Amino acid sequence: MRNNHTFWRRALRHPSLVAGGAMVLLMVLCAVLSLFWSPYPVGDIDIPNKLASPSAAHWLGTDSLGRDIGSLLLVGSQNSLLVGFIAVGIGLGVGVPLGLLASARRGWVEELIMRASDFTFAFPALLSAIMLTAIYGPGLVVSIVAIGIFNIPVFARISRGAANAVWARDFTAAARAAGKGPLAITLAHVLPNIASVLIVQATIQFAIAILAEAALSYLGLGTQPPQPSWGRMLNEAQSQMFQAPMLAVYPGAAIALAVLGLNLLGDGLRDVLDPRLARQR
Amino acid sequence: MSDPINSTPLLQVDDLRVSLPTARGWAPALRGVSWRMERGQTVGLIGESGSGKSLTALALMGLLPERARVTGSILLQGQQLVGMPEPQLCQLRGARMAMIFQEPMTALNPLHPIWRQIAEPLRLHQQMDAGQAKARALQLLERVQLPRARERLDAYPHELSGGQRQRVMISMALACSPDLLIADEPTTALDVTVQKEVLALIKQLVCEDGMGLLLISHDLGLMQDQVDRVMVMYGGAVVESATTPDLFAHRAHPYTRGLFAARPRLGLARGTRLTTIPGSVPELMDFPAGCAFADRCAWAVDDCRQSLPQAEIMASRTASEEPHAVSCPRWRLS
Repeated sequence: MRNNHTFWRRALRHPSLVAGGAMVLLMVLCAVLSLFWSPYPVGDIDIPNKLASPSAAHWLGTDSLGRDIGSLLLVGSQNSLLVGFIAVGIGLGVGVPLGLLASARRGWVEELIMRASDFTFAFPALLSAIMLTAIYGPGLVVSIVAIGIFNIPVFARISRGAANAVWARDFTAAARAAGKGPLAITLAHVLPNIASVLIVQATIQFAIAILAEAALSYLGLGTQPPQPSWGRMLNEAQSQMFQAPMLAVYPGAAIALAVLGLNLLGDGLRDVLDPRLARQR
Repeated sequence: MSDPINSTPLLQVDDLRVSLPTARGWAPALRGVSWRMERGQTVGLIGESGSGKSLTALALMGLLPERARVTGSILLQGQQLVGMPEPQLCQLRGARMAMIFQEPMTALNPLHPIWRQIAEPLRLHQQMDAGQAKARALQLLERVQLPRARERLDAYPHELSGGQRQRVMISMALACSPDLLIADEPTTALDVTVQKEVLALIKQLVCEDGMGLLLISHDLGLMQDQVDRVMVMYGGAVVESATTPDLFAHRAHPYTRGLFAARPRLGLARGTRLTTIPGSVPELMDFPAGCAFADRCAWAVDDCRQSLPQAEIMASRTASEEPHAVSCPRWRLS
């Protein structure tokens, strides 16, 4: 709805938005590329060449089974993105409607939803993920669901808070005076006005989801072999910490860059989408 | 055959009472308000902040907070609005009764072009598609004399001035030709020069469509030119009600006199202090059982504080046949 031309001009002038956007874009491109091509098949074990140093054949060297590190990193990005998208999707898809409902109905509905999300929030994300894997067994799907559940109260809270602020403004009263019902007002007036807050929060939750997936995989509860994952690469690198320290550095750097990029993007979007700044035209 | 439009008044309010929940219990915010108005009639509601003017408007529209307690009766063309279920109220709002808000700056959604907001009631109540609604929005904008209306259809609220936005609000309220228009301080947020224009516009449109207008304001000067009848509110009750010429010619209630005396006028000698009414409006919870104005009134006696004074009909001093009612037992003495 906002003037697109101005949005892009403001966005391109924002250094952290450009840097973060470029990093995230790079990660997405890597994941897409790895769907079609990687330097070596990630399942290829080449014991004679294990723990090789970087060379023309293996740009980042090989791990303890002789697998190409570059290929593993490339394919591992799929996992991180998948977890991020689905976990944030669960959070948005369930949390936002709950938050909007709480804000539109107020009263006991709001109390119920908010106390339930406090309850969910009270368990540390990692702990509830470990609990779920204890029940359903380790695996990618369980860890995605666990991270997604953790996202629900985050989005429920933030959308309820932002929606309450919109409901307090006169134009929702004007819409009611025109005969609109709460659902129609929520869709036409409340949601568009909180969209920017949600977009910013989504990028931050995306970064948190990537970190959580890496942590779960590191603990052996997330992605299972032979599917490569940045978290599991860290775990495997741990045993060769002193022979081949770089094995831990590469996946660590990949995780750090992905999280940094998403956070920069989120910060930048927050500034650019801020309605107070956007109105100064 | 009797004409139902002539026999049923446009609006008949009887003993409307509203209580609001507070930390200290139920606070009586409206204490028995009654009046009736016909189509084509313009009624002004005047009083200082906290007197219950806006609450009366919200009660009519059914927009009171959900926990408010409402008793009494509001008949819109014979249809009872008190206790009406929300879905039915939604069908009336915007279609048969509409409201213009005080703050045109915040009463429009900053993310939607203005035609979409004018089209909102049209699409809701008259099932127009986007094209029809946009065409109608243009007619409406031309009717409220928005300059360069055609170009402004796609404008966003921040691109318009306060007066222009209020015109947009007016066209939104008039979109479905309601029978009752409520204007809650429609010009308070506007420049003085624009105030008169906007009010004149509202009055003209009301005359053309023959709807009833309830104009809420704290500005006596505005009332004099704009409305047929004035109701003075204080402490959640109507203390005096008369035709505008009658009220301006002979004000009876001590509070009304206080309001008139406190009016700044041209021609006062430099340095003259404006008269004020001592004290301030009491908190809702602290209203006495009797007249809410008793504690600020120079003529109050103990009786005033005991029971709410009944409205007395005065003999009209002007040619009008409308009654002049005052809720003060001591108006003759004061």
